[in-house]
Amino acid sequence: MTEYNFAYLDEQTKRMIRRAILKGLAIPGYQVPFASREMPMPYGWGTGGVQVSAAVLTPKDTFKVIDQGADDTTNAVSIRTFFQRTAGVATTTATSDATVIQTRHRIPEEPLHEGQILVYQVPIPEPLRFLEPRESETRKMHSLEEYGLMHVKLYEDISRHGHIATSYAYPVKVEGRYVMDPSPIPKFDNPKLGDMAAIQLFGAGREQRIYALPPYTQVVSLDFEDHPFEASKADHPCGMCGATDSYLDELIIDDAGGRMFVCSDTDYCEARQATGHKGKDAA
Amino acid sequence: MYVAVKGGERAIENAHAWLAEERRGNTDIAELSIAQIREQLSLAVNRVMAEGSLYDPDLAALAIKQARGDLIEAIFLIRAYRTTLPRFGASEPVDTGIMACDRRISATFKDLPGGQVLGPTFDYTHRLLDFKLAADGEVPKAPSRDAETGTVPHVTEFLNREGLIEEAPHDDTPPPDLTREPLEMPADRALRLQALTRADEGFTLGLAYSTQRGYGRNHAFVGELRIGSVPVEMDIPELGFAVEIGEVILTECETVNQFTGSKTKPPQFTRGYGLVFGQTERKAISMALVDRALRWEELGEDNVGAPAQDAEFVLYHADNIQATGFLEHIKLPHYVDFQSELELVRKLRREAGALQVQEAAE
Amino acid sequence: MQANTLSGGFADPATQSAHAFRSVMEAMARPGTIQDIEGAAPPAPLSPAMGAVLLTLCDTETPIYLAGDMDCEAARAWLAFHTGAPFVGPAQCMFAVGKWDALAPLAVYPIGTSEYPDRSATLIVECSELAAGATLTGPGIKDQATLSLPEVEAFQANRTQFPLGLDFIFTCGERLAALPRSTEVSRSSSEAIAQVGAS
Repeated sequence: MTEYNFAYLDEQTKRMIRRAILKGLAIPGYQVPFASREMPMPYGWGTGGVQVSAAVLTPKDTFKVIDQGADDTTNAVSIRTFFQRTAGVATTTATSDATVIQTRHRIPEEPLHEGQILVYQVPIPEPLRFLEPRESETRKMHSLEEYGLMHVKLYEDISRHGHIATSYAYPVKVEGRYVMDPSPIPKFDNPKLGDMAAIQLFGAGREQRIYALPPYTQVVSLDFEDHPFEASKADHPCGMCGATDSYLDELIIDDAGGRMFVCSDTDYCEARQATGHKGKDAA
Repeated sequence: MYVAVKGGERAIENAHAWLAEERRGNTDIAELSIAQIREQLSLAVNRVMAEGSLYDPDLAALAIKQARGDLIEAIFLIRAYRTTLPRFGASEPVDTGIMACDRRISATFKDLPGGQVLGPTFDYTHRLLDFKLAADGEVPKAPSRDAETGTVPHVTEFLNREGLIEEAPHDDTPPPDLTREPLEMPADRALRLQALTRADEGFTLGLAYSTQRGYGRNHAFVGELRIGSVPVEMDIPELGFAVEIGEVILTECETVNQFTGSKTKPPQFTRGYGLVFGQTERKAISMALVDRALRWEELGEDNVGAPAQDAEFVLYHADNIQATGFLEHIKLPHYVDFQSELELVRKLRREAGALQVQEAAE
Repeated sequence: MQANTLSGGFADPATQSAHAFRSVMEAMARPGTIQDIEGAAPPAPLSPAMGAVLLTLCDTETPIYLAGDMDCEAARAWLAFHTGAPFVGPAQCMFAVGKWDALAPLAVYPIGTSEYPDRSATLIVECSELAAGATLTGPGIKDQATLSLPEVEAFQANRTQFPLGLDFIFTCGERLAALPRSTEVSRSSSEAIAQVGAS
């Protein structure tokens, strides 16, 4: 492992990312521009998260990677292997044992504790991007705290569908100031964003942005008095472990279209099964 | 009974092994060497160097071999490698006026000092498949003469003497560095040119073509296109002077475009500029047209809403490594998000259904 | 060039700066907590913690302002050799280094712009002690925290500029703490009583 520097990136690049992380923590929810580098995995596959992880990891860390909540999805495996190779860190699938967790699209079910860092992979960091494609405009809107457009969009949803029609990447307001994209986590996970004991760092490589939530930060999902935010999930228990409080994947299990529901968080599900919890589809 | 799918790790390893086998192809056929790719697929090598932003023909050839000839994949390999290289410093600006030209043509003047040099071009070949090439690749030796020495003046300099073309004042401000600082809007011309020189050739070509067809038309003439090698010099602080560290082949295109002017200001032609690593003339000409289209504001033209006039649109979408990564990432699992959409659509359908039943009953 | 100009940097920059950064990040993410930081042995008047912070965050891209007696030949030579950072005045700096009194007035440092509030200075303040003190609330703090600060008003004024403002790192020996612009600062009840008694 002598060909590449510890955690792949050169020291100057890491310093640049580290400075961006500190500014991100000082201004919760604000997107700090950073000169993202080309990584040996494609843009859109977690290069932002990988660069943030590379900048925070130490050789003493225990690293966990999840994609869609699972440790064994191919891209999670690929990123975990990358850091095993380039940083020589210990890895784990157990949420509570990990000191740094890189995630795509989920927050683990088990509450995180102090001393942990959750690194999100972010595809489009700008919550206003689909309302206004121009960066020069959205930057102005954030600076003026001009978020009317977002409320109009959400209200149009309600008038058309009777509900806010955003089910993931549901926008939040941080400490009453910046509207932030929580990355494409299901809105079921939104309530976990606020008041979390762990540090949350968000990296968008292709879009060259880093942002952060320090521990115990106030994070509120946008809503209306007459249409309060609601965290939703499939209305079933997990078929394997019987959990009723976890986010579920829906699986099609036979040609007749038979379905079952299983925890998306594989570590949570396996830990429950190991302690004797059983769902109706378990062997 | 349901068993969760496992073994992502083994699946990945097997896929890699299969890929390596496919890359090699039939082992009865001799393996390609890096030198063969470098020498015989040199235009592919040039494109990979240009869009990979790294001038190294051998590494580019290796990347093409590794990428099975997929040039965007090869560019990606070069970019990722480039990330890990420490930066020792910046070279002095290269002087294309002293280029040793392999090719140098002007579409605006029939003849001019320095002459028209066609060079190794496809331009006047008949695009007929050459079946002789399939049988054997032996070529007769091309006639040659001694190279011209000295400076080859730029065509735009002749126009400049008469004041017929806008001034391009000398500017020693260090340009921003796209690879070290995040792209920021509005982008000045130096930054735009930097983004365009490593932009995807196809995207740049499409944009340039759209300006010719009326989406931000700017009446471009190829004032001059030159291809050749220029020395690269670097200032060594310890020595106190610049030393030549090597040479690079570049393609430079200067376009002479539609004129501006008013009652008080006499009309003048305007400029577009393209400069790209290697022999890459389609890209360099495209770049010059797009550069010119992006200059509408400083030249006091109207924004007609053409894609090539829109700097945010062009610069944020021109990089094929960013584009291909994000495009291809939709292959990754998205079932968590899809599940939340499923739940929402089911809920909305239930409610809409209930409403219909209620209306029917009333 | 003196011997201690060349020595005192990170022997293993990749891993030592990784550990040092985690201390700085934990401090900035959890205002009021005091973190250990090690690995640097800079010449006086720079403390080991100050040296480690600068080695971790600074290079040729980060202009530094040295305030008061920090602006000395030993510090300049050491930082030039180990970081290559350019030295500038307070209005142009990304990092300012000094004791609290020497760093004043705060109004001269860049606080960012409304579109780019991150383009602001970070002040690294050398302190004689790090202990309990003023009461802190805000992001990074569960309920409340406490930290000895050189004064209270300056940090209250800084908070009113949010999201613009300055961020602070306090160094002392081999320890550090931090105070981002988002933190609300008030006098601790014991300090408040002391002040009432004095007036």
